Amino acid sequence: MKRPQADNSPDTGGQMDRRTFLQTSLLASGALLIGVGHADTASGAEQAGESWAPNLYLRIEADNRVTIVSKNPEAGQGVKTAFPMVVAECLDVDWQQVRVEQAPLDDRYGRQVVGGSRGTPDGWDDLRIAGTAARQLLIAAAAVRWGVQPAECSTANGSVNHAASGRTAAYAALRGTAATLPVPEVASLELKSRPEEFRLLGRFVPGVDNPKILTGQPLFGCDTRLDGMLYAVFEKCPTFGGKVRSANIEQIRALPGITHAFVVEGTDNLAGLMPGVAIVATSWWEANAARRQLKIDWATSHADSSEEYERQAAALKEQPGETLRADGDVEKALGAAVKIVEASYYYPFVSHANLEPQNCTALFHESGKLELWAPSQYPKGGRQLVAETLGIPEDRIHVNLVRIGGGFGRRLVNDFMVEAAWIAREVRRPVQLQWTREDDMRHDFYRPAAWHHFRAGIDADGRMSAFDHHFISFGRDGKPVSGAGLSPDHYPAGLVPNFRLRQSLIETHVPTGPWRSPGHSAYCWAYQSFFDEVALAAGRDQLDFRLDLLSRSFGEPPLDLARTSGTLRVAAEKAGWGRKLSANRGLGMAFHFDHGGFVSHVAEVVATGNAVHVEKVWSGIDIGPVINLSGARNQVEGCVVDALSTAQLEITFADGAAQQGNFDQYGLLRINQAPEVECHFIQSDNSPSGLGEPPFAPATPAIANAIFAATGTRIRELPFRRAGISV
Amino acid sequence: MAEISLKINGVSRSLDVPDDMPLLWALRDKLNLVGTKYGCGIGLCGSCTVLVNGSPVQACNIKAAALQDKEITTIEGLSPDGSHPVQRAWNDEDVPQCGYCQAGQVLAATALLARTPQPTDTDIDNAMAGILCRCGTYPRIRKAIKRAAGYMTSPGGES
Repeated sequence: MKRPQADNSPDTGGQMDRRTFLQTSLLASGALLIGVGHADTASGAEQAGESWAPNLYLRIEADNRVTIVSKNPEAGQGVKTAFPMVVAECLDVDWQQVRVEQAPLDDRYGRQVVGGSRGTPDGWDDLRIAGTAARQLLIAAAAVRWGVQPAECSTANGSVNHAASGRTAAYAALRGTAATLPVPEVASLELKSRPEEFRLLGRFVPGVDNPKILTGQPLFGCDTRLDGMLYAVFEKCPTFGGKVRSANIEQIRALPGITHAFVVEGTDNLAGLMPGVAIVATSWWEANAARRQLKIDWATSHADSSEEYERQAAALKEQPGETLRADGDVEKALGAAVKIVEASYYYPFVSHANLEPQNCTALFHESGKLELWAPSQYPKGGRQLVAETLGIPEDRIHVNLVRIGGGFGRRLVNDFMVEAAWIAREVRRPVQLQWTREDDMRHDFYRPAAWHHFRAGIDADGRMSAFDHHFISFGRDGKPVSGAGLSPDHYPAGLVPNFRLRQSLIETHVPTGPWRSPGHSAYCWAYQSFFDEVALAAGRDQLDFRLDLLSRSFGEPPLDLARTSGTLRVAAEKAGWGRKLSANRGLGMAFHFDHGGFVSHVAEVVATGNAVHVEKVWSGIDIGPVINLSGARNQVEGCVVDALSTAQLEITFADGAAQQGNFDQYGLLRINQAPEVECHFIQSDNSPSGLGEPPFAPATPAIANAIFAATGTRIRELPFRRAGISV
Repeated sequence: MAEISLKINGVSRSLDVPDDMPLLWALRDKLNLVGTKYGCGIGLCGSCTVLVNGSPVQACNIKAAALQDKEITTIEGLSPDGSHPVQRAWNDEDVPQCGYCQAGQVLAATALLARTPQPTDTDIDNAMAGILCRCGTYPRIRKAIKRAAGYMTSPGGES
């Protein structure tokens, strides 16, 4: 395969240890642009075959290959390909020259997080600066060599050219001279920013890790293999927060293959080191087999259940709740309305279900240094957690970033890292902690359930004149738990003259957390399904109703109205909105904005009774310029499939524990259920934003609305089967 | 513990395994063949799919000791340089997102194409429905299988 080879070799920091002088500038993200000049003479460096690293993001090798460092963890969002593409674009090298290397956790890179779709917008300036500054240095080096003006020189495919004299020099041949030149001022750099300037960006580029993925080479966290490594399992209390009173540790230690078994007292931090029993063995299978003999007496302190949550939600519905926002006079406007539409929506807790169950490999060196191989979306947070829990200074902890078998927000919490670190320090051998599927599903940080009670008033013009919303979700100490918050400024606030949002919270002991497009991935379905009901009651076309809703604002608009309606128009046009369909077919639509991205979908479903097949989804997307067309489409396709999948799923609780543990009870979507997805990107000049999340939220309601159009069944509760619908 | 001999990717390997150890853990923990992935442990997700005598088998669900006279192919053995038509098609369609399930997907697709060189959408659904992709690469898996079928009929066809 003719692809840049990716390499996970651990540390690029070693490049900095040689006799070097540094020039640094602080970049937008807080990362450092570090110019590295070698004190060696120019010719010396070149003859020695050394690489030249003009900054932390790239190295020009002696053979004119270019090593580009990807600083963020890769969880399937495509950053390990997209980020180096930006550097390569601005450095002006051929993609075939590029080799990509994964950075470890290193504070000099600033933010190293998979989350909030923020990788692209945060990295955009730094990466362009890194590539552009290096290119400018190479041009300056050639100009010095040739005794010409830099402005007379150009670059192409990793060479500097001087057209007037016909001279050309590969970047590698210039690296010694370039290393002696001053690093350019960031403000002086002309950064490419518009799609028409790009050669590489916007193209379909396969992922740099594909060769290793497709030949089964070690790549993921659980693939880490160290000399003398042991394998661990860790049993925690099924009831969240339970503590170990006693366990049959001696009996477990006597079982085949077992090297260690011990109680971990743990902490009270649900997102940290919870109490449990660790079992360590020479193979994972033996550790897990021994676990089946484990008898633990747990001390629990609650018995949260889904049934109890439902009872409380029903009672809270009758209470006024806390008013988070009130515009105009909702009650008066409802009184004056020509028609009132009232509906309640409910969605359940869901699990992340990363396909690679949580794991982490740890090695506690005799020197007191701790090394971790962590599939974490937020490794810095993990390092802090480990440091605090184990009492090890952060600068004694080195975190290697390994490929992540699915993130979706789960791995922003680093409980698995601190568990592995604790076990490794106890056993003083390299150890890999591998959770089972059941551990993963029963000890997740779930997307919280919620109830939405809506009332809308329709005026004589068929517009929404009032929107009243009582939102009931989960809290602790009077505040929404992680993932349960709803912004008072979320649309339709600002799009209707009379608006009220009230909130009520149910106390919970269940751990919750960010789940792909937190909040949006759930409540967009409620809003956009209810809009469908309102438009229908008003006797208006769905597209017309939504475009009209997006045509005016009352006070500060909650989203960019033009960009939002732009995506809706594109999706509707490509889907042939308004075309004649047979009776068992339906089209449905939804728009949304979150995490910097504007996405609308139109879905087409075909129904046989209550069994529906989602045949196709057309997507209109505005995220500014597309960096990697393949990665961008992949995220849209993936979000649509994920949304359809998640709409079939729920996690329920009894006795303070999750009741689902594996795919027999939590059946993700399979290939025969997946729709075709057609993407249409609006390539605006806006600064690029990320795409790991924005296409998700509007997919669920577009599909649900299409199901209504095809079957007449309005889905007001998730999963779909609660409405009798199967996919 | 028992010493067994397995023929993996054309090579006979001797190893000591607990009697009940599934093939998955023998591959991963005893032979360091980590391309075969653990996803559910009960044969539901297909991440651990390998080929046994050319047919897809879930390695988490079958004892290593039961496979001593069989030909086992793991992702490492399909073609070490990634030149197999299915691997090429998978790269050219850029199927992987996180990539964790893809070893199983590639091997199941290889088995499908060996018995059905020009599969229909229904053939693809039937052959591939046992393997979950959490990232939702299903539309690309479908395209890649069709592309691989094309590469196999014109072996010189370039990616």
